[in-house]
Amino acid sequence: MTELTWLNELLAGNRIFTPQTIGYYWDGLVLTTQLVFLSLVAGLVLAIPLAIGRSSGRRWISLPIYVYTYVFRGTPLLIQLYIIYYGVVFFDGIQQTFLWPILREAFYPALIAFTLNTAAYTTEIFRGAIKATPRGEIEAARAYGMSQGLMMRRIVLPSAFRRALPAYGNEVIFMLHASAIASVVTLMDITGAARFVYARFYAPFEAFLFAAAIYLCLTFAILYFFRYLEKKLLAHLKPQSGN
Amino acid sequence: MIDLHGYGPRLLEGAGVTLQLAVLSLILALILGLLTASAKMSRNWLLHKVATLYTTVIRGVPDLVLMLLLFFGGQMALNVATDAIYDRFGVDWYINLNAFAAGVLTIGFIFGAYMGETFRGAFMAVEHGQIEAGKAYGMSPWLVFRRIRFPQMMRHALPGISNNWMVLLKTTALVSVIGLSDMVRVAAEASRATHEPFTFLIPVAVVYLLIASVSEWMFARLQKRYNVGFGGH
Repeated sequence: MTELTWLNELLAGNRIFTPQTIGYYWDGLVLTTQLVFLSLVAGLVLAIPLAIGRSSGRRWISLPIYVYTYVFRGTPLLIQLYIIYYGVVFFDGIQQTFLWPILREAFYPALIAFTLNTAAYTTEIFRGAIKATPRGEIEAARAYGMSQGLMMRRIVLPSAFRRALPAYGNEVIFMLHASAIASVVTLMDITGAARFVYARFYAPFEAFLFAAAIYLCLTFAILYFFRYLEKKLLAHLKPQSGN
Repeated sequence: MIDLHGYGPRLLEGAGVTLQLAVLSLILALILGLLTASAKMSRNWLLHKVATLYTTVIRGVPDLVLMLLLFFGGQMALNVATDAIYDRFGVDWYINLNAFAAGVLTIGFIFGAYMGETFRGAFMAVEHGQIEAGKAYGMSPWLVFRRIRFPQMMRHALPGISNNWMVLLKTTALVSVIGLSDMVRVAAEASRATHEPFTFLIPVAVVYLLIASVSEWMFARLQKRYNVGFGGH
C-alpha cells in the first residue's frame, strides 16, 4: 500500500471513508460497469435482428416481437429480475447441468434480465429509426436492383443507426440507472456498496450521496460521449458553415 | 384458478398500494413539474439556477439511490430533530418515517424533474402571438395562463406526461425495497415462502400491463380532447 500513501493521508481521521470502504465502492463501480456494458452489448446484438423483424410487413414475424417488447417495456425491471432470479431454479434438470454453478449466482440472472430489458427498448428505438428511412432512398436502392438484404445492410441500417443515436444514448443512461436494482438481489454494485456502508456505519447521507456522485459522473461521461458521437456521425446533416 | 396459497387478499391490497402510490406521486410530480418549468422560464437568475440544478441532478442519479437516500436519510434527519426537541424541551417524541409517505415524496420529487422538462418544452411551443393577443384583450397574467397558455401547452405536454406516467408506474415497484408492502413485495415474499415464483410474479406483471394499457387508452382520449381544432392527430 506504499503507493497509496496520499490516499491514506487524505482519508486520515475520516471515520466512514476508509481505504477499505473506498475499495467497496471501487469494486461496486467495476461490477456496475461490467453489468451495464455486457447487457448493453448483448442487448444491441439481439435488438438489430429483432428491429428488422419488427418492421417486417409479415405479421407472423412482427407480432411476436411486438408482444415481447410490449411485455418487457410495460412491466418493472424489478419484476423481470425476480422472475429470472427466483425462476431459474425451476427449469427441469438445470441443477444437474454445467450451467448451474453460473446461474446460481445473482450476477447472471441480473445480466439476463438487464439484457432482455434493454433489448426490448432498443428494438423499439431502432424500429422507429428504420421506419423513418426516407422513401426515396429505398426506391433508389430498389432501382439499383439491390436485394432486400443488401439494401438493409448498405442503405437502411447505416442511416437508421445515425437517427437512433440520440435515443440510444438515453437508453444507455437509463440502463445505468436501472442497474442499481442489482443490489436488491445481493449484488455489490455501486448501490450495493452504498447500502453496505450505510448498514455498517449508519450514515445514510455519506453512503448514498457518494454513490449518487459516482452515478452522476458516469451519467455525464455517457452524455458527453454520445454528444461527441453525434457530432462525428451526424456532421453531414449540419448546415454548411458559410465561408 | 391459480392457487395463491392464501396470499390473494394481500396481493390485492398490494395492488391498491401500488395504484395509490402511483396516482399520488403523479399529482405531486405534476405540481412540482409546473413549478420547475415556471422557475426555469423565469427571469429570476437564482430560480433558474436552482431549477436547473434540480432537474440535472435528479435525472443523473438512479431512482433507487435517491429513494434510499431520502428514506434512510430522512429518518435520520427526523431523529436528529426529535433528539434536539428532547434535549431542549424534554418532550419524548419519536416520528417513524412512514414508508408510504417517503415513497410518494421520493417518486413525486424524482418525476417532478422529468415533468419540469416536459412542461418547459410544451410552454415554449405555444406561439408567442397567442399570449400577446391575450394581453391585448386586457387579460391578467393569471387569466392568460389559465385560458390561453395552459390549454395549448397541454396539447404539447400530453405525450410527454403519458410517457413519464408509464415510467413512474414501473418505478413504484422500487418502494418494495424500502419496506412498503406493494404488490411486488408481497409477490416476492410469497415466491420465497412457497417456492412458486411464477404463480405470484407473473400475475403481478399482468396487472402492471393492464394498468399501462388502461392508462394508454385514457391518455389517447385526453389527447383527443386537447387536440380539438387541430385536425385530430
